[in-house]
Order: sequence, then C-alpha cells, then structure tokens
Amino acid sequence: MRHIISVLMENEAGALSRVAGLFSARGYNIESLTVAVTEDETLSRMTIVTSGSDAIIEQITKQLNKLIDVAAVMDLSDGSHLERELMLLKLRAEGCAREELKRMADIFGGRVIDVTATTYVIELTGASSKLDAFIEAIDRDLILETVRTGASGIGRGDRILKL
Amino acid sequence: MELTGAEIAIRCLQEEGVEYLFGYPGGAVLHIYDALFQQDKVKHVLVRHEQAAIHAADGYARSSEKVGVALVTSGPGLTNAVTGIATAYMDSIPMVVLSGQVPSYAIGEDAFQEVDAVGITRPCVKHNFLIKHVADIAPTIKKAFYLAKSGRPGPVLIDIPKDISNQKTEFIYPSSVHIRSYNPVGKGDSAQIRHAAQMLLEAKRPMIYAGGGVVLGDASAQLTDLVRLLGAPCTNTLMGLGGFPASDTQFVGMLGMHGTYEANMAMQYCDVLVAVGARFDDRVIGNVAHFAEVPRKIIHIDIDPSSIAKRVKVDLPIVGNVKLVLDELLTVLRGTKQKPDALALTDWWKQIETWRVKGGGLRYANSSEVIKPQYVIETLHEITGGDAFVTSDVGQHQMWAAQYYRFDKPRRWINSGGLGTMGFGLPAAMGVQLINPGATVACVTGEGSIQMNIQELSTCKQFHLPIKVVALNNRYLGMVRQWQQFFHGDRYSESYMDALPDFVKIAEAYGHVGIRVDSPADVKPAMQEAFARKNELVFMDFRTDSTENVFPMVPGGKGLSEVILAEDL
Repeated sequence: MRHIISVLMENEAGALSRVAGLFSARGYNIESLTVAVTEDETLSRMTIVTSGSDAIIEQITKQLNKLIDVAAVMDLSDGSHLERELMLLKLRAEGCAREELKRMADIFGGRVIDVTATTYVIELTGASSKLDAFIEAIDRDLILETVRTGASGIGRGDRILKL
Repeated sequence: MELTGAEIAIRCLQEEGVEYLFGYPGGAVLHIYDALFQQDKVKHVLVRHEQAAIHAADGYARSSEKVGVALVTSGPGLTNAVTGIATAYMDSIPMVVLSGQVPSYAIGEDAFQEVDAVGITRPCVKHNFLIKHVADIAPTIKKAFYLAKSGRPGPVLIDIPKDISNQKTEFIYPSSVHIRSYNPVGKGDSAQIRHAAQMLLEAKRPMIYAGGGVVLGDASAQLTDLVRLLGAPCTNTLMGLGGFPASDTQFVGMLGMHGTYEANMAMQYCDVLVAVGARFDDRVIGNVAHFAEVPRKIIHIDIDPSSIAKRVKVDLPIVGNVKLVLDELLTVLRGTKQKPDALALTDWWKQIETWRVKGGGLRYANSSEVIKPQYVIETLHEITGGDAFVTSDVGQHQMWAAQYYRFDKPRRWINSGGLGTMGFGLPAAMGVQLINPGATVACVTGEGSIQMNIQELSTCKQFHLPIKVVALNNRYLGMVRQWQQFFHGDRYSESYMDALPDFVKIAEAYGHVGIRVDSPADVKPAMQEAFARKNELVFMDFRTDSTENVFPMVPGGKGLSEVILAEDL
C-alpha cells in the first residue's frame, strides 16, 4: 500500500544521503522524495512516498527515527492529510491539438505558462493521482518532457509535525 | 589559551578518560600524531594494519564498559578501517574513530589519499561527522562519545581535514551534550512490564532467550535473577554467551544454527517466549515462516525499537534499557503473590530433558589418534579454570569455542557475531589484554583466520601482550568445507589451505614462543606449558582432525526443529 511519510530532520550536509542510503541499503521502495528547508532554517522537511506491507512501513518509520539527524517522523497516511505535487509538461501543441490541450488543462485546473508556435508548457498541481490522470487523458505522443516534483504532504487540522 | 585542532582532539580524549588509542599514522593525521607525542596521558598503540586498530579498540570496549577509540589516516587508512567499523556496528559496540582527511580546500579534487570517509562509512556507523571548523572539534567529540555509548551503542566516526587540525581556537570542552533529534530510551513502559509479568506467571512453557544486549547493557545479574525466579529454561545467543552462567542447571545451551537441540526445540515449542536484548536474526531462528508455524506469545525487550517486529511478530514489545526493564519486571514479580505454575514447569522440564536425551547434548567422539578440536577447547576451559577472556575468529573454531568453553561471566566471550569477520580474534585480544592487564586472554583461531591479521604478532611484541593463541589448524577453511560437504556434493572448492606456513617459526620470528601439537596426548601438557608462560605470547598450533564438523546444525533456511545431529550423517 502507498504511504506518504513526512520527516523533520536537521538541515545538515549529508542528511539527505542518510535517508536515501537507508532506503537503498534495506531495499525499501522510494516512489518519490522531496526535501527543502522549513521556516526554521536548521530544519528540513522531507516527504517520502513509498509502498510496502504494514510490517515494512513500520520498519521504515522505525529506521528513519533511528537516524541521528531525524527529529520527527509521521506517516501521513495514518490519518487525514493533504497531498500536492507540481508537474510541468512540455507538449507539442500544433493544429487541433492546441485547442484540445488548452481545454484539458482548464478541466484539470492547470495553466499554460509558456507558449511557442509549436509547444505549450502546462503547469499542474494536485495529488499525484490527478497528475497521473492528466497524463492518461492526453495523447501521449504529444508529450515532449515531463517534470514532476514528487508529492509533498501535510496533515489536516491539528495533525502537526513540528519540534 | 588557543590550541590547534589536533591538540584539542587529544585534550578531548583526555577529558573522556581515554587510556589507549589504537592507530596508525599517515599524512592527514600528522598534526594529531604531533599533539599525541607531546603528552603522555593517552597512550598510543601502534598496530600493523588499520583494520587491527579498530578490532583492538573493539575488543577493548567489549571486555570493559568503555568506549574503544581508534585513529587512522585518510584514504587507505580509512578504507582499511571499514571492515573493523562494520564489525563493531553489527555487534553494537561503543567506539569512536577519528580519521584524517585531506585539507578542506582539497576535498572533492581527488587529492592524494582522498576518500569520502563519511560516505563510505555511512551505512556502517551509528553516526558520522565531517569537521568543517576547528571550533567544532571539541563539541563533536563530546557528541561522538555520547552517541557511541548511549541508547543502542555503536561506532561513531569523526573525519578531520588536515588543515583544520592545524588551525587554532580556544579549547572549551562542553560539560554536557544535548542532541535534540536523539533521545535514547531509558525505562520501559510500566503497564507493558506488568502485562509481561502476568504473561510469564501464567505461562506453562516459558522460555528466556537472551542476547548481546544483556552483555552490553550489563544486565546479567538481573537476567540471572529473572531466570531463577521464573524457574524457566534460559538460552543465550552467540553474542549473549556469559550473560547467563553456562554452568547453571537452567541453562539449556546456546541456540541457533549450531545451538543445542534442547534450546532450539524449547524455542520452537514454548508457550511464552521472552526475548531480552536479542534480535531473532537468521542464524538464531532460521526460517521465519517455520518459526511462526507454532503459536506462542512473544515478549520482546530491546533498547532499539527497530529490532522489534523486524523479523517476527511480537505480542508484547517493551522498548527500553534492558537493565532498567528487567529491574522493574523483577520488582513486579517479587511484589505479587502469584507464583509460577510449578506443576506445568515440572512437565516442561521433563519435556526439555527428553529433548536433551534425544539431541544427545554437545558431544563428540574423542580420539587418541587425532586431535579433536572440541577436546582442545575443553582442555582450554580446564587449564584456564573457565575464567579466561576468549576472543575468536570466524568459522568452525568459533562455534566450538562458543559451545565448549561454557562461559559463566559476561564480557569474557569476544567474537564477531554479526558481521562474521575473519581476522578479528588476534587484534581484539590485544585490546582485551590492554584493558585487563594480568588477565588470561586466549585467542581461539584457525589457520585461515589467523593469517588475516597475523602481522599483529608484531604489535603484541612491542606492547608485551602475553596473549595465548589457540590455533585449531585443520588445513581447511573448516566451515566452508563443512557446507561444501553437506550442501555442495563434497566439492571442496578452494577450501583447502595449501602452502601453510610453519606457525612455530612465524611466532619465533616475531619474538614469541611457538608450540606445535600433533597428538591428543600432548594437548594438555602443551597448554599447561603455554599458560605457565605468564609474560609471553605463546602460539599453539594444534593439528586437528581435518574432517570434524560442527553439530548440531540447522541448515540455512531451515526451521529450528529441522536439525542435523552428528549421527544423522
């Protein structure tokens, strides 16, 4: 099952590689991993999307907690949460496809942020599954480049991960 | 007064009460060696290979309650140390390793003797640091010692670039340390402990399975009290030997791949199992699915939450310092009127006795023609009164030492259990001997393992370490040969040790005493002579039976009850 795990860790050189190394050394999946500094510049917040049985997810959270640089871990999938990913798609936009792509972007709540005579760049945010759905919905042959950030997640309401 | 980074590093070691520093100099650590030269509190032990420095620091830590400390140079110094660091990591040994690094301005330029020390050691340390500023040296060393010995212990590496070791700053050693992202557990959850007590009192077939955590956590007294109070059988893992006295009637022997039949059967068929500072690894419970086929309740006490429910499902986890948890559990048990079910225990012990008879205990057919390795270990036990520190390398000799030495005290059995590092025994014995001057230290080894760090005979000479090397020389990589016999159709691929050196001459060349023993009748007299030489290292080369196998054996991937006994072949 897919899990979104949030990690609050020391913003130090090498902290990211400790997490990445843990996943590869123990054979855990990483669907995506995003990391950036928080409002407290000594802390980074990481969102890891992974999958595995309950036992594996339990081990993942325990192993993450065991890393000295990791201050707090939360499996967002344990409760109510929000998930957003940003995707930039460069598409061949010629002829009748031009109108169709614009319409699709509108339907999915995306924006065309760059236009040339033959291409569009579409910006789309949402849950990762929505981005998947957009890719499914358009003609794949039109895709020139796909850039996805990987999911970022946050708990709803008073589910707060903070030191 | 301002001190250089190198002087600060040494001052920090003094502050930590470090007596011995095991190391090997090189370009990147020259400033540190210079600082070392100008003081006499921290004594440096010059090894002959960096791997040995780490193993020596490791043996030092295992046989005491101290943190082992080593110092190596950059590049090959560090990479040579990695095997030792990984060995310590797998067995949770508290250790601080200082490594030199190329100057900070040269990092990343593929400088001479540059290697990414922090990157290479990341998966085999508890934590590591690359020093960026001279002012960070003292607080980082303080943190390193705290990390190494608190919680689940482990090795911590500090990489110090050469230029930084020569920069100056004010020396202030922090009096305390706080790491906000690191909060090791202490006491266990009291409700869980009360629940555990209840489960144990209601058990019909209780079993206590104790590992290295009991030894490292200095909880042997508590474990012994618990076992006696419950009247239950107790088994130790390879790492846990000595955590419960082997001579106690409630000890059913070591468990696992080469454990006793009764220990393994009791593990499989108990109704309440309490695991203390142990981690259900593959060499202990074998096939997980097979282990899970029989229903039993499992109570797991461990300081590391990630050890719990890693391989087996646990009914009652108790995360905490083993000593504190056992203390509390004992208090609860002593405070309740309910007593263990004596009737059920009588039946349980009868069952165990049946297994003991069926398994035949640990036994071998002694011979007057050829030296049986088990006989050598039994004789070692006799000559040393069962009170020696015994280090070992890895292979058959390690298993025979574990089976036949019958350790009664913790921290006496020093071996590489997790990583299984050949070449560990002799350098580990150096550390053991240094921290236990005057004690009897034996290194049980094989002709394969000893050659992986035999150069340390030179270090032993320089530092007057009267270690007794007990080499079980069967001319084979015995454990490899055994597996090839059992599982690879007698195809002894590369497991024969040809062109062996004359170990007596080697010992003599290094300035020690060598004794070669070929006949069973000479085993005891040779050992008596060797151990009478209190101030000398004696290398005993026992020519043992080359076809002897280690029994019982649970083959890899099999369940605990699917055991091969000596007579099955």
